[in-house]
Amino acid sequence: MSNLVEGRTGEWEVVIGLEVHAQVASNAKLFSGAPTAFGADPNANVSLVDAAMPGMLPVINQECVRQAIRTGLGLKAEINLVSVFDRKNYFYADLPQGYQISQYKQPIVGEGVLRLDMPDGTTREIGIERLHLEQDAGKSMHDQHPSKSYIDLNRTGVALMEIVSRPDMRSAAEAAAYVRKLRSILRYLGTCDGNMEEGSLRADVNVSVRRPGAEFGTRTETKNLNSLRFIQQAIDYEVARQIEIIEDGGEIDQETRLFDTSTGTTRAMRSKEDAHDYRYFPDPDLLPLVIPQAEVDELSAALPELPDQIRDRLTGEYGLSAYDAAVITEERETAAYYEAASAGRDRKLVANWMTVELFGALNKSGQTLADCKVTPAALGGLVGLIEDGTISGKIAKDVFAAMFESGKDAAAIVEEQGLKQVSDSGAIEVMIDEVLATNQDKVAEYRGGKDKLFGFFVGQVMKASKGQANPGMVNQLLRAKLDG
Amino acid sequence: MLRGFYCNSTKHSIMSVDKSTVARIARLARIHVPEDRQEKLSAELSGILDWIEELNEVDTENVEPIASVTGHSLPRREDVVSDGNRVDEVLANVPETASGFFVVPKVVE
Repeated sequence: MSNLVEGRTGEWEVVIGLEVHAQVASNAKLFSGAPTAFGADPNANVSLVDAAMPGMLPVINQECVRQAIRTGLGLKAEINLVSVFDRKNYFYADLPQGYQISQYKQPIVGEGVLRLDMPDGTTREIGIERLHLEQDAGKSMHDQHPSKSYIDLNRTGVALMEIVSRPDMRSAAEAAAYVRKLRSILRYLGTCDGNMEEGSLRADVNVSVRRPGAEFGTRTETKNLNSLRFIQQAIDYEVARQIEIIEDGGEIDQETRLFDTSTGTTRAMRSKEDAHDYRYFPDPDLLPLVIPQAEVDELSAALPELPDQIRDRLTGEYGLSAYDAAVITEERETAAYYEAASAGRDRKLVANWMTVELFGALNKSGQTLADCKVTPAALGGLVGLIEDGTISGKIAKDVFAAMFESGKDAAAIVEEQGLKQVSDSGAIEVMIDEVLATNQDKVAEYRGGKDKLFGFFVGQVMKASKGQANPGMVNQLLRAKLDG
Repeated sequence: MLRGFYCNSTKHSIMSVDKSTVARIARLARIHVPEDRQEKLSAELSGILDWIEELNEVDTENVEPIASVTGHSLPRREDVVSDGNRVDEVLANVPETASGFFVVPKVVE
């Protein structure tokens, strides 16, 4: 599949690297005992450490350290047993310390890899350069007053994992797939809730273009994108903008840009001058973080099964398509539902019922799997009735609709509504005889060579049985009667 | 993306902080240093760095870096909420507040 973009003067290759900021799932902040809960009153979740009062000292939250290690292990990355916290110095109204505590030269997690399953069935491996722990900043509100900004420090000091990819992505679709996969892994691990709307997961996007095979071009960085759609829009806009500038004979400035969600465009940050001169130095308030190998081993042993492992089992052992397997394993809850529903059943049939009927009904009604009245056992039961011939696949759709409404078992609905498939050849023959008797003209036409009428007879018999006749048997018996 | 620099010196070089570097550091630190003071500060800072450079004469081959002389490791806290809910204290020294927010001159990008 070619990802090249056609310009006026030839083809261009897009090069994308992402920095994802994932909020660590923890009760308290990275260096203080204040809560991380979303939606509190302004400045209610702030300790004197977070407010950077003189003399306050940071003490690291060990769960945040462990979450970072778990995430590193989930990304098949190297865990650095010694890492160092540095001060990244800059002034902003929502940064009371005047510096962010981050990790610069010695991050807690080194190189890893993330596998993407693309919709066309291909697989891509995206390199992870590093993961480090750092503090989030506060929140500024600029729309409350004509000449003032309002500052809420609730988010100040909440632990973030900055996860930096290699510039290995070649299209907006790949970048979105990367974020989706990363979010999936974080959720399986329980290290970040992945809620992009609440800002738990945000991405900075580095984009450049080049002629295929040429050296990397100059990149721009578009900051703070909090939805998959915005990530793709920002990339598409940057690619078009950069190609146009270069084709017009211009050069790309290496700069930080902001995305305007209302117009889908990016613009250069005004305060870009000196913005990257952060004068990092090791934080004298914090000793190096030393992690015993035994702690890493313990966390590694307790890791849950991750989407790639489950996906491999689904495609290998169960024979599902790569697409179905990817859809089913994206969320941990969905994978667990599938495993429970398909145990002892036809695995592929259950996968079809889940991805087509169940997800279709959920989408249509705006529900999630968590609110769904159809339990995994009930869906498995429905597939069981199809497998043993009690109902046809067509009737099963009606049964499923009733299950989705009421939450009742498939067997109970089939019983109540008398939907059992008729597989009694005597009963089917009676229906066939009736249909043939009332359509004698058509029978004559058929016997005279109009083969296409066979479908008409099947339809009439199915109609006479209210859809309950076993379609295979109808075909067989009808053919015997008409041709025999 | 991580850019910038550590303030560590290159081995065996004589550090010097010229006037324009003084002006730049002062601007980054939001410290007002009048033009006529910059030359003097440049000489002072260069002198301090040269003095620190003397440490490069010590042979540190095969010596592990140490971050602390106490031998302590980084202490950790449990993941327990033990703080917060002190808006009045947090805002006690703030010149202007509204509905629990800090109010500052507009800083919109």
